[in-house]
Amino acid sequence: MTQPMVRLSGLYKIFGARDKDVLQHVKGGMGKEELLAQHGHVLGLNNINVDMQAGEITVVMGLSGSGKSTLIRHLNRLIEPTAGEIIVQGEDVMQLSEDGLRHARQEKMSMVFQKFALLPHKTVLKNAGMPLSVRGEDEATCDREAAKWLDRVGLSGFENHYPAQLSGGMQQRVGIARALSANTPIMLMDEAFSALDPLIRTDMQDLLLELQKELHKTIIFITHDLDEALKLADHLVILKDGFVVQQGEPQHILLNPNDPYIEDFVSDINRARVLRVRSVMTPLGDDKVPADAHGEVDVNDTLESMIARSGGDTSHAYVVKDGEQTVGTLDMTELVRALVPRVASEAGARQS
Amino acid sequence: MAFYDKLFSALGLSEWCGTSDDKAPLSLADLAAQAGGEEASGPLMPIPSFDNLHESCNRIWQSRDVTNGIEEGFLAAKPVLKTVLDPITQPLSWMLDGALWLFEAMPWFIMVPLLVAISWYASRSRPVTIFVAVSIMLLAVVDHYDVAMQTLSIIFVCTTISVLFGVPIGIAMSKSDRLQKSVVPLLDLLQTLPTFVYLIPLIFLFSVTESKLYGIAIILYAIVPVIRLTDLGIRLVDQDVIEAANAFGMNDRQKLMRVQLPLALPNIMAGINQTIMMSLAMVVIASLVSAPGLGVNVLRGIRNLELGVGIVAGIGIVLLAVILDRVSKAALTRVDKTQVKH
Ligand SMILES: Nc1ncnc2c1ncn2[C@@H]1O[C@H](COP(=O)(O)OP(=O)(O)OP(=O)(O)O)[C@@H](O)[C@H]1O
Ligand SMILES: [Mg+2]
Repeated sequence: MTQPMVRLSGLYKIFGARDKDVLQHVKGGMGKEELLAQHGHVLGLNNINVDMQAGEITVVMGLSGSGKSTLIRHLNRLIEPTAGEIIVQGEDVMQLSEDGLRHARQEKMSMVFQKFALLPHKTVLKNAGMPLSVRGEDEATCDREAAKWLDRVGLSGFENHYPAQLSGGMQQRVGIARALSANTPIMLMDEAFSALDPLIRTDMQDLLLELQKELHKTIIFITHDLDEALKLADHLVILKDGFVVQQGEPQHILLNPNDPYIEDFVSDINRARVLRVRSVMTPLGDDKVPADAHGEVDVNDTLESMIARSGGDTSHAYVVKDGEQTVGTLDMTELVRALVPRVASEAGARQS
Repeated sequence: MAFYDKLFSALGLSEWCGTSDDKAPLSLADLAAQAGGEEASGPLMPIPSFDNLHESCNRIWQSRDVTNGIEEGFLAAKPVLKTVLDPITQPLSWMLDGALWLFEAMPWFIMVPLLVAISWYASRSRPVTIFVAVSIMLLAVVDHYDVAMQTLSIIFVCTTISVLFGVPIGIAMSKSDRLQKSVVPLLDLLQTLPTFVYLIPLIFLFSVTESKLYGIAIILYAIVPVIRLTDLGIRLVDQDVIEAANAFGMNDRQKLMRVQLPLALPNIMAGINQTIMMSLAMVVIASLVSAPGLGVNVLRGIRNLELGVGIVAGIGIVLLAVILDRVSKAALTRVDKTQVKH
């Protein structure tokens, strides 16, 4: 396995004046509420260990106050950790000098913000070119790059508008163009779409996926919305009270939640629309392809489309193809079973 | 026999006080008391002031000793203060005199169009520009053009210096809470001291014929709002935008020039507007210490009871105030407009 683009290991963040002193209590197992009650310090992050692979979208999800923003701000050290390691492209961010850190922020990581955070006194073009002009590129280069990316996010023609003249969705497109023009391998997105209404939001998610298909950036995306997380994530990290409850492939988490907190989260989701054939199929082993197969399906089809295709008949079975290759079989009975959250987990969720 | 005699004897201090030989010069009250009878028929229990206590005990100061002491202290410090402050403030005199000379030497047919052009450039507003032109012509018609220009030149110099010093001080204050905490009381003091009080120590330090005397008085008074509002403006800049600036790796200088100052500009402009208005207010009072301009005519009106002269000069000041206010406010609105948030 190649080394991850970003590696967080043993990362702790405690907000308060004596954070180093109370760290031992947290390491000794003290929780967020106890720490606040007994020591007056807020536990932000608790022993975070996450690898973020190059070219993937890592989604960090959790409820409000779970520490998502705190986590993402550690990558570019907008927040200083209490303890732990932050390795970006094999380089320890904690060892960087002030200049080195600024350089890393300019060249390695760009950021998209929930509240857009555009410069209100600059035009859309200048806003989008800001990362380049901060690096000292000449104006012509900045404008050229900015115009290119504005066009890419569907904003050509608005170059000379001011941010206040644009709708929220358009402003966030400027925010994305700004992050893209920095041409950094890593993009940090803190609830980038949370301030937008649902339709625009879906548009923006599609835009992001489309761009990602081409650009293969390492994206760290924060959200508190499970649908959004499942749509975007290659790797899903679920935070609660500052620690990682579960992380892994999103479909896997959906089918095997290891915590009542996550079961609660996933119980409301439309599983048929989210789960894909590859997650519920039986991989091709010794057993042969069933002779009575009703046809071939793609590994990435959603279960919803399968139900539509089978007409609701649970006795059907299909051959699963990944491109040309046959990779498994799909039994509609299995599929229907996967649609219902685990019975045991149901009970667990109620208790909590 | 004075009221507090018993107190001192009760405390056993009669010895220390000594006999009331009253060699010290008498105060007016003493004289009046002596004339009125042997014993002062004052209030039942006089307030325990220095003077009243002194009557019973010679060792206690009289109040005039206090004022004398302050005066002597000040005079003793004067040479030192003067050797330090004189050279530092000398350029101010040159600038004031230079500006006065320039504004007066410039022929009116150049000066008036120039002022109108500046108003247009700053405000981009037709009504404001026309108002400026008409007002200046009105002043000129009643032969107040020269004095108005003198006043204007002083305001010009003092506002410029206030901004040149005030904005950096405000920036420094916005960066350091400690500095802010120590400067704010000073600003409060400068703003609450009655304007005449400034003049007293300044008259002692500099000679009344020097223009820096009124220059300093005006600047001390007028610099306060621009400092305050620069500090406030920078502190009020949207933290999300600052965070974005940090995230994209701006250094402190880039942050200041590209984010903080532009976003604080409406507030800074409001501060400059107030600074201009306050220097105008002060330049009138400063005519007491030989500042030329419209204020001199107002003063003449008061001293010689020349009602007409005083009122015409007063109206001139109002016109000047409205001009300066409108032009700077219009400039402010123009800056604001590019930053409207829906
Ligand atoms: N500067 C700070 N000082 C003290 N506590 C803080 C600070 N910043 C964050 N916290 C605390 O850390 C915890 C995590 O905050 P964080 O902003 O990371 O949450 P979040 O998951 O991003 O929530 P949201 O969805 O509301 O943005 C919260 O309990 C918050 O109160
Ligand atoms: Mg947040």
